[in-house]
Amino acid sequence: MQMKEYKPLIVAFCCNWCSYAGADLAGNNRLNYPAEVKIIRVPCSCRVNPMFILRAFQRGADGVIICGCHPGDCHYTSGNYFTRRRMAALFSMLDFLGIEKERTRVEWVSAAEGAKFAATMNDFVEKVVSLGENKRLEDLRCKR
Amino acid sequence: MQKITKEMLIDKATELLNNGTVSLVLGWKKGEYDYDVTPGVFESVEELKKDFVFGDFSAANLSKYLVKKTEKLEGKILVFLKPCDTYSFNQLLTEHRFDREKVYAVGVQCDGMVDIEKVKKIAGDGILSVDCNGEDIVVKTLYNDDMTIAKADVLAERCANCKSKKHVAYDELLGESGEVIDSNRFDEVEKLEKMTADERFAFWQNELSKCIRCNACRDACPACTCEKCVFNNPNSGVENKSPANSFEEKLFHIIRAYHVAGRCTDCGECSRVCPQNIPLHLLNRKFIKDINEFYGEYQAGAEVGSRAPLVDYTLNDLEPGEVFDRGDENA
Repeated sequence: MQMKEYKPLIVAFCCNWCSYAGADLAGNNRLNYPAEVKIIRVPCSCRVNPMFILRAFQRGADGVIICGCHPGDCHYTSGNYFTRRRMAALFSMLDFLGIEKERTRVEWVSAAEGAKFAATMNDFVEKVVSLGENKRLEDLRCKR
Repeated sequence: MQKITKEMLIDKATELLNNGTVSLVLGWKKGEYDYDVTPGVFESVEELKKDFVFGDFSAANLSKYLVKKTEKLEGKILVFLKPCDTYSFNQLLTEHRFDREKVYAVGVQCDGMVDIEKVKKIAGDGILSVDCNGEDIVVKTLYNDDMTIAKADVLAERCANCKSKKHVAYDELLGESGEVIDSNRFDEVEKLEKMTADERFAFWQNELSKCIRCNACRDACPACTCEKCVFNNPNSGVENKSPANSFEEKLFHIIRAYHVAGRCTDCGECSRVCPQNIPLHLLNRKFIKDINEFYGEYQAGAEVGSRAPLVDYTLNDLEPGEVFDRGDENA
């Protein structure tokens, strides 16, 4: 029997001002990055409520990456500083609960960094593929 | 150190009711047994004499009830606060959840509260009464002879790891106020951190799968005072009791811990009220420990008006990816 090839589902939250434009640039430059990455455009990386990430995992995402402007370059001055604190706390908690740490990431990608965007996504997807399907957050409270 | 008795509290409440300082008293109410003490509101001296109790089972943190009780109150309400309750009191003031002018807070010296589950493990079922005489507690049961247990052995988890005997807010003090204690409260968290991810996951799956979603942790938590809670489902008819969807059901505990992160004073009510004895305080302590390590020591409620770490930032905070590197060093 032929094994069906495993295709991960990756959710990328990209801020409108930097990372989404960075993704655009990656496309314009014909840079390859996996089609499994589903980009969700948000006005600012701090728009990403930690619940969005949990929600994505629960609905079957295998990895969630948040991309925003570099600290100091936020379109709204300070949004990504808040993202940084929130996500540090959340990721540490997910790690504490035993969720594989490679499934979550925050990366700062500016509008000029199309190459970085593609490289980041390639790297991230590769790591998630090596982990396989996300079971833990999908079924954390399962009855045994 | 003198022992604080319920008579002293009743006398104080009577005095304040009689001279018109307060019109309501928020305290601890007698239940069917010595150990099922609940929070209660008393309107008169007669009610106080009938039902008011204070002792080793007056563990409930009363500060949360001020939010609802002061809403339409004319005049003042008297509230008794143990040291750890005063932190919640301050935190609620910081969040402008009630009017300080409407509250007369009496700080009560705390000698640690007893966990009835621990007593039951030692003394067995059929407990008739539990009396404390200083260092020991005497348990009378239906089936066994009277039993004397060292109080230190049956202290509630949060009292065994007490973080502070200091009252950070009060109008008047009964007994003595102690000092902030350098406790071992993060030991359990560190133990978990040292495990592998698989072990941690197995531990939490085992613990959280016990949850019956009774929402007791949320209902007792002094940080959970939102009028509209994300866990309420307005379409269900039984608003409090049902999750809006399977997502909330599964990830309830992560979300709740995150919602109170940076605001949790570590009062331990969540674990105390949990009927399934899930160690929920560990989730909160993990956040407190992380915040202390990442952004500097912070104790929610230590002072009124302090800025919670998660709504604040500095230019050189650590990157989210670095939290894992740190974890590897510890391992």
